Amino acid sequence: MHDFTYHAAGSVADAAAKAAAGDDAVLMAGGMTLLPTLKQRLAQPSDVVDLSGVAELRGIKVEGGAVTVGAMTVHDAVANSSEVAAAIPALADVAGHIGDPQVRNRGTIGGSIANNDPAADYPAALVGLGATVCTDRREIAADDFFTGMFETALDEGEIVTSVRFPAPEAAAYVKFPNPASRYAIVGVFVARTAGGVRVAVTGAAGCVYRETAMEAALEGNFSAAALEGMTASADDLNEDIHASAEYRAHLVGVMARRAVAACG
Amino acid sequence: MPKDGIGASVKRKEDYRFITGQGAYTDDIDRPGQTYAVFVRSPHAHARIASVDTGAAAAMPGVVKILTGADYAADGLGGLPCGWQVTGKDGPMVEPPHPPLAADRVRHVGDQVAVVIASSAAEARDAAEAVAVDYEALPAAASIEAALAAGAAQVHDEAPGNLCYDWEIGDKADVDAAFAGAHHVTRVELVNNRLVPNAMEPRAAVAEYDRATREYTLYTTSQNPHVIRLLMGAFVLQLPEHRLRVVAPDVGGGFGSKIFHYAEEAILTWAAGKVARPIKWTAERAESFVTDAHGRDHVTVAELALDADGRFLGLKVDTRANMGAYLSTFAPCVPTYLYATLLAGQYTTPKIWCGVQAVFTHTVPVDAYRGAGRPEATFVVERIVETAAHEMGIDPAELRRRNFVPSDAFPYQTPVALVYDSGDYEGTLAAALADADYNGFAARRAEAEARGKLRGIGLSAYIEACGIAPSAVVGSLGARAGLYECGEVRVHPTGSVTFFTGTHSHGQGHETTFAQIIADRLGVDIDAVEVVHGDTSKIPFGMGTYGSRSLAVGGSALARALDKVETKAKRIAAHLMEASEADIEFADGQFTVAGTDKSVGFGDVALTAYVPHNYPIEELEPGLDETAYYDPANFTFPAGCHVCEVEIDPDTGAVEIVNFAASDDFGNVINPMIVEGQVHGGIVQGVGQALLEGCVYDGEGQLATGSYMDYTMPRADDVPSFTVSTRTTPCPHNPLGAKGCGEAGAIAAPAAVMNAVHHALASRGVSRIDMPATPARVWQALNA
Repeated sequence: MHDFTYHAAGSVADAAAKAAAGDDAVLMAGGMTLLPTLKQRLAQPSDVVDLSGVAELRGIKVEGGAVTVGAMTVHDAVANSSEVAAAIPALADVAGHIGDPQVRNRGTIGGSIANNDPAADYPAALVGLGATVCTDRREIAADDFFTGMFETALDEGEIVTSVRFPAPEAAAYVKFPNPASRYAIVGVFVARTAGGVRVAVTGAAGCVYRETAMEAALEGNFSAAALEGMTASADDLNEDIHASAEYRAHLVGVMARRAVAACG
Repeated sequence: MPKDGIGASVKRKEDYRFITGQGAYTDDIDRPGQTYAVFVRSPHAHARIASVDTGAAAAMPGVVKILTGADYAADGLGGLPCGWQVTGKDGPMVEPPHPPLAADRVRHVGDQVAVVIASSAAEARDAAEAVAVDYEALPAAASIEAALAAGAAQVHDEAPGNLCYDWEIGDKADVDAAFAGAHHVTRVELVNNRLVPNAMEPRAAVAEYDRATREYTLYTTSQNPHVIRLLMGAFVLQLPEHRLRVVAPDVGGGFGSKIFHYAEEAILTWAAGKVARPIKWTAERAESFVTDAHGRDHVTVAELALDADGRFLGLKVDTRANMGAYLSTFAPCVPTYLYATLLAGQYTTPKIWCGVQAVFTHTVPVDAYRGAGRPEATFVVERIVETAAHEMGIDPAELRRRNFVPSDAFPYQTPVALVYDSGDYEGTLAAALADADYNGFAARRAEAEARGKLRGIGLSAYIEACGIAPSAVVGSLGARAGLYECGEVRVHPTGSVTFFTGTHSHGQGHETTFAQIIADRLGVDIDAVEVVHGDTSKIPFGMGTYGSRSLAVGGSALARALDKVETKAKRIAAHLMEASEADIEFADGQFTVAGTDKSVGFGDVALTAYVPHNYPIEELEPGLDETAYYDPANFTFPAGCHVCEVEIDPDTGAVEIVNFAASDDFGNVINPMIVEGQVHGGIVQGVGQALLEGCVYDGEGQLATGSYMDYTMPRADDVPSFTVSTRTTPCPHNPLGAKGCGEAGAIAAPAAVMNAVHHALASRGVSRIDMPATPARVWQALNA
């Protein structure tokens, strides 16, 4: 790890100010990606601004049919929240299957979505549920938030403060994990919402995306049978030593059917 | 028998310190004035080193010394030696130089080029990044196939065509004649996938030099500190034994990867003399991936000839084995004497031929890994036997029974050099089939099919040659060492005992097992026994732990030393009780005179030995401290049968192991709980090889699986609860009747799992799938 200056932020405003003051500052949420990157000397920030002491960023609120999760809320808190389980059980299920117990007790929703790993689970939940990302400057629809591999709509220095999830009529997430990392080779989040059916896919491509053909097929017939024989197009999917694009395309269909079936 | 004696599942004595975090591993050792080393390593698989500029790095804060390959060469010291010379059809193997620091060429990613020594690890790392190495990248040959291709990049000038040796065993013409009369020939092509060992504790070393005594001390993560002292002292650094102490303290797993003498040990010891300060190095995990010797990596074509009744007539095996970029300490013997000699398996196959080409590639050296050659042999034999059974429509268990070496045929001479000592192959097969409910499989398959799942069952009736090894035998086969073991039983004046063993425990539980043997034999409490290992300054000598040898060879040395203790103690007891030595009996810690009520306790005898006031001093020395060296008469031959049942999801290709039963013959068992743990661990490693672990190099020789993000280690949820049991035929040629258990699971499991996978997939027309049978591979095979 190269040397850097550590700052403990006391508030969102304090974090923004400290990040802005550094030459090449980074914000640290749970550190689940940043810390290994620093330890491997793959990043050399001038300043690390730690958000873990910012109380206003933690916590879960359920009101008006929506679940709002503070950016610094750890996965384990979401997974074990009875309020989340009652309002959007699929969201608790997603959180409960991220990483391992250590990661779930350190990693945060804000850190996960700001990092936007192409194989992370939370982006599928945000896009699948049509969530809204709240920052210290504005609100961004999930559909517009995830813009590319490790890229988001966040501006320089902009801090995610919370994510607001509208409760769906039914939803489920099914992933096929990479045997080594247990990140998603393919994860599909399916939701039947007031605004229509949403099918969000993570792991398969460079960034979470919606399978619009599957959404259309499910719109009139919300059943696994409606997706029979459907796969994703392999054209823009990831290919690596663990899975070919063709295999991922096939798994998108399998996971989507299983997710629909799991919606009950 | 005392309650903690032979046969009792005593809880491990060593676990208190391990589970309370009080183990003392190499990285826990800090010496006064200690410095830290970081190695500069090649990012290229193959390159010429045009220059190494250490100027900027040397000026950085905290830097004590930077040493390069040129510095090492200038000192005129030796290269890393190979401990086994294999002689092939065309003469002795090619044995290229292996400089501990590369001076002009690097031959694999991770090859060390320089070492930076600084006051802190962070300073050493900063400076290491500032060492400017000018590489001229060269084409690489990163696989067996690439290295043997016409015009392939040459790893060593000394090895044209990248061939280390071309070796064979058996008479090919004789075997061909057997095939000419065959009713059926089964042919299989197999890849034994390359594995990265991944001990929980990464390799580490601390070296220091005492200017007053001119003694060097090396603390290192080793399975055999005396072997390291011999190899490093005599062949590399030219240091005599009395000025070189090697300590292997608590070691967190080895699986073979910590047998070998590694460059870092020699470089640290050499450098410690130069800087006259202790130096510590601890590998990072990413460094372990590219420097620990890897395992397996064979490509094989095998053919089995059978008569109309399914009796085996002959076996032909043609194997290419990857040696990596340099010959690691025992690499050449793994695909030859530890592999081809096991190709008879549990069967009476009369004619066997095996040819092995060992190939240099631009990859990390390959050497022994849990099982070493014997998993590869078992995989060949058990895959081809199972395939032959299905091809001929004979039940796989029945085909095995028809060809087993019968229980009354021991000792049994195989056509590939070994003489099996004892066994009951029908017995272990029957037990494993019963535990696996083999007869109920058809109903379970039908039920799985109804759920859309493919179900298969597979057997692996393995054998291994363990208790390594009779020195004269291995010497005649090219080993440059003897493979006996040493043990010293030091009885203290109050009757407590310290046992010094030349074996090394890095997870096996020696501190408990050996203590049980002593408690059993001397009638002392197990807590009155301490087992000491891993320090050349304390242990008379030792060859270490690998090849399931600790109990069969090290335990035999202990038994012989205990014989000597008992003999001497009886003479003392006879004197104390004024009886004839011939009338003294010893049981449960009491010496008695036959036919009388006279007795004296072991503790009183021990005290008398050290306080010899009333003592036969004319005939007997004081003291009760006996050492024995034991050189085995033969290998031991643990054997058994493992049965695996899998269920495959055809929609995703995911393989789930739904049942696994093992019946093993390890000879006599000292601690059943420890044995069960060894079997569990071995099976999990075997399952890892079969389904999860695959080391992948890309065409340029970059390691594509260099971290746990891409290299799949088995996790608890990848395996079911196992049903394991033992059936004993004692080893007839060692005093404990023990055969060894450390490697069996890793040897047996891959074939059992892959036979089950092939069985499940056969109904869908899949005839070949290689390890690891990942979901992607299975799905690909189903949709080819």
